[in-house]
Amino acid sequence: MESAATPHKSELRKTPLNALHRRLGAKMVNFGGWDMPVEYPASGGLIAEHKAVRSGVGVFDVSHMGDIRIRAAGKPGGALAAVQHISMNDASKLAIGQAHYSAMLYPEGTFVDDVIVHRLGEDDYLLVINAGTREKDINWVSENTKGFACVVEDLSDAYTQLAIQGPRAIDVMKKLTDADLDSVKNYWFTHGTVCGLKNTLIARTGYTGEDGFEIYFPSDVPTSEKVWNQVMEAGREFGIIPCGLGCRNTLRLESKMALYEHEISDKINVWEAGLDRYCKMEKGDFVGRAALERARAAGLKRTLVGIEMIDRGIARDEYCCCSETGEAIGVVTSGSPSPTLGKNIALAYVPPVYSAVGTILYVEIRGQKCKAQVVPTPFYKRQKKTVAQQVS
Amino acid sequence: MAYPKNYRYTKEHEWVNVENGLATIGITDYAQHELGDVVFVELPKPGTKIEAGKSFGTVESVKAVSEIYAPAAGEVIEANSELQKTPETINTDPHGAAWLIKVRLTNASELSGLMDAAAYEAYIAAKSTEASA
Repeated sequence: MESAATPHKSELRKTPLNALHRRLGAKMVNFGGWDMPVEYPASGGLIAEHKAVRSGVGVFDVSHMGDIRIRAAGKPGGALAAVQHISMNDASKLAIGQAHYSAMLYPEGTFVDDVIVHRLGEDDYLLVINAGTREKDINWVSENTKGFACVVEDLSDAYTQLAIQGPRAIDVMKKLTDADLDSVKNYWFTHGTVCGLKNTLIARTGYTGEDGFEIYFPSDVPTSEKVWNQVMEAGREFGIIPCGLGCRNTLRLESKMALYEHEISDKINVWEAGLDRYCKMEKGDFVGRAALERARAAGLKRTLVGIEMIDRGIARDEYCCCSETGEAIGVVTSGSPSPTLGKNIALAYVPPVYSAVGTILYVEIRGQKCKAQVVPTPFYKRQKKTVAQQVS
Repeated sequence: MAYPKNYRYTKEHEWVNVENGLATIGITDYAQHELGDVVFVELPKPGTKIEAGKSFGTVESVKAVSEIYAPAAGEVIEANSELQKTPETINTDPHGAAWLIKVRLTNASELSGLMDAAAYEAYIAAKSTEASA
């Protein structure tokens, strides 16, 4: 047997909770240059962690994510103008306390990174970015906001970020904060005292397709471990377990949420990735817009589809998709068994002619052509609570 | 989990148990732990010739694909078909019920370079120290 894991390097970056993960016996991997927990065998491992988030609650250390604050410098409106220039969604529609999914684009209309934009104040924004692209993103934002009356700050190392995810996440969070969480809707946030820490950012966001919260607090080790332990303690009655990047990936894949260097990259444009609804062409100019206009006029050459294996076999990242005659037609961007559905699922780029639901195509697995079909996405969608459940 | 004294072990974390010229091959407890939840197993059909050092099958966890290497040449007599339905047995009983294949060895002396249980335990202990350093 040969392990596919990347060898450890001493120069890997660590979150403030690194020592705690190791004490918990987490299996650690190199994720974009970060030494991160992929699963916790003591809590049952990847599948148990995945199921805890779908049915109860789990907690993730996501402190490796980056945070960029853009706020007005003197003249009001400078920060909004800068955010509008560097991201594709329409930040002018955000109320204070609201967040949205967006992306920063190259002039070619391809992805610098995807991002959650939070409007903190009148002309004050927080962009949460990916770990593996942190330096690149910060340089890119600084470079592209030069002409605007705004201040750009890299706060990535200032925060420890925890994601508390699952249908019971709200019950755990209510025990830890005085903030009125029922009034915080999906993709909104508030500030409140959490575990005794005043003015903590509490966002109803996540990367699991489940209800949940992300909290941001000071990144010193004692504070970080104290909050983690209090979250675990408060969550005990709801069966909370620590969750690693392994299930974070299977959860986001089931929900068809993009992962940088997989579904989105500097080679893939917005239309191909199917992220049209987060791209507001009518809002005015932004970096990448002109190229997207041209790309739209030229028509799609490939599109992202969800597929499900019919034959035995698991489609994996970078496996080739082919037609019945064996002609290569595309590539798998993410593939895995789905713990929720009990099927082998994948996302893949294929020509639009192969994108209709029900289309049969093949994935080449170790030299074998394995049959698969295009299915509707997301593969998994959570049930919204009924009125009766909300009242009880 | 204890490593059976009568088995021999490879650096790639397979085990071999030879009885009457018939070798039973599986993956070790260390290997299953490294892989995590096993969800898929692909094994050769009876009659397949396998070659020393060459891959004869794959074991997949949710997140990874691992090739399984033959510790010696021979002919596959039987593959553990139960594992198609219950691959997770590899996590729970890697040295017993989750054997992968039984092989008629061409030349049993090819196994002489493998580790015994004590040597294998020392080998994986050194690997764990390396990983946490």
